[in-house]
Amino acid sequence: MAEPTRIRAQAQAGKTTVRVLMSHEMESGHRKDGSGKTVPSWFIQEVTISLNGKVILDIDFGPSVSKNPYLQFVIKGGKAGDKLSLSWKDNKGQTRTDEASVT
Amino acid sequence: MKTSFDHNTHRRDSLKQIVCVAGLLTGLGYSSLAEAAYNKAAFDSKSVNEAIKFQGAGNISESKDVLLNAPDYSENGAAVALSVSTALAGVRKILILVEKNPASLAASFEVSDSIEANFSTRIKMSQTSDVYAVAVMADGRALFSKKEVKVTVGSCGS
Repeated sequence: MAEPTRIRAQAQAGKTTVRVLMSHEMESGHRKDGSGKTVPSWFIQEVTISLNGKVILDIDFGPSVSKNPYLQFVIKGGKAGDKLSLSWKDNKGQTRTDEASVT
Repeated sequence: MKTSFDHNTHRRDSLKQIVCVAGLLTGLGYSSLAEAAYNKAAFDSKSVNEAIKFQGAGNISESKDVLLNAPDYSENGAAVALSVSTALAGVRKILILVEKNPASLAASFEVSDSIEANFSTRIKMSQTSDVYAVAVMADGRALFSKKEVKVTVGSCGS
């Protein structure tokens, strides 16, 4: 089972800056292992971010996003105590959802 | 009696949520419903142009209003830090593409009203290549800026 996503959301001057670190191998499907066999691709495809239950950002990843994807974005508005939720789904159909409060 | 009341409240809340989601979907119309699905064709594209076309944009032109912040050199192709931003109004999507990666499109961000068109992330690069930041506008134009990032140790396949 995948490790939790680390989310830090800080509200300041009418904006909320969010930094996210997801835990995922993000295997591209082009890498070969020690015995020369291609390692099958395994990467996050879809990321959905909601603020207080409303979807505000949809992101699609290809296999060229780095291992343990890092993400930073800015929400217009948002205040301390708002609930931020992030879900991802990978190409094997695994999903994970994590929540954090805006501080 | 109390229990049954709680149960009802809960159910009403769930119903509200369903109605709310349905409303959102209708409100956003095409852009939400059609593009919520993973755009496999775009992510399988081998070239920058092709990938942009699969995102539903024509009329590709370079623009100084799209800002791409990337390093000149990267010692490690496994994690190249990038940030993309634009102050333009009417942005529908922001794309990050790497010309010489096996599949060009790295990430696509669907911008909503509550999000600024300003993203940072880290990508893998197989070799030295031009990196493109593309803003797909609501009117179908695709505005890009590009920058060459020299990679001394590649990621994919190595």
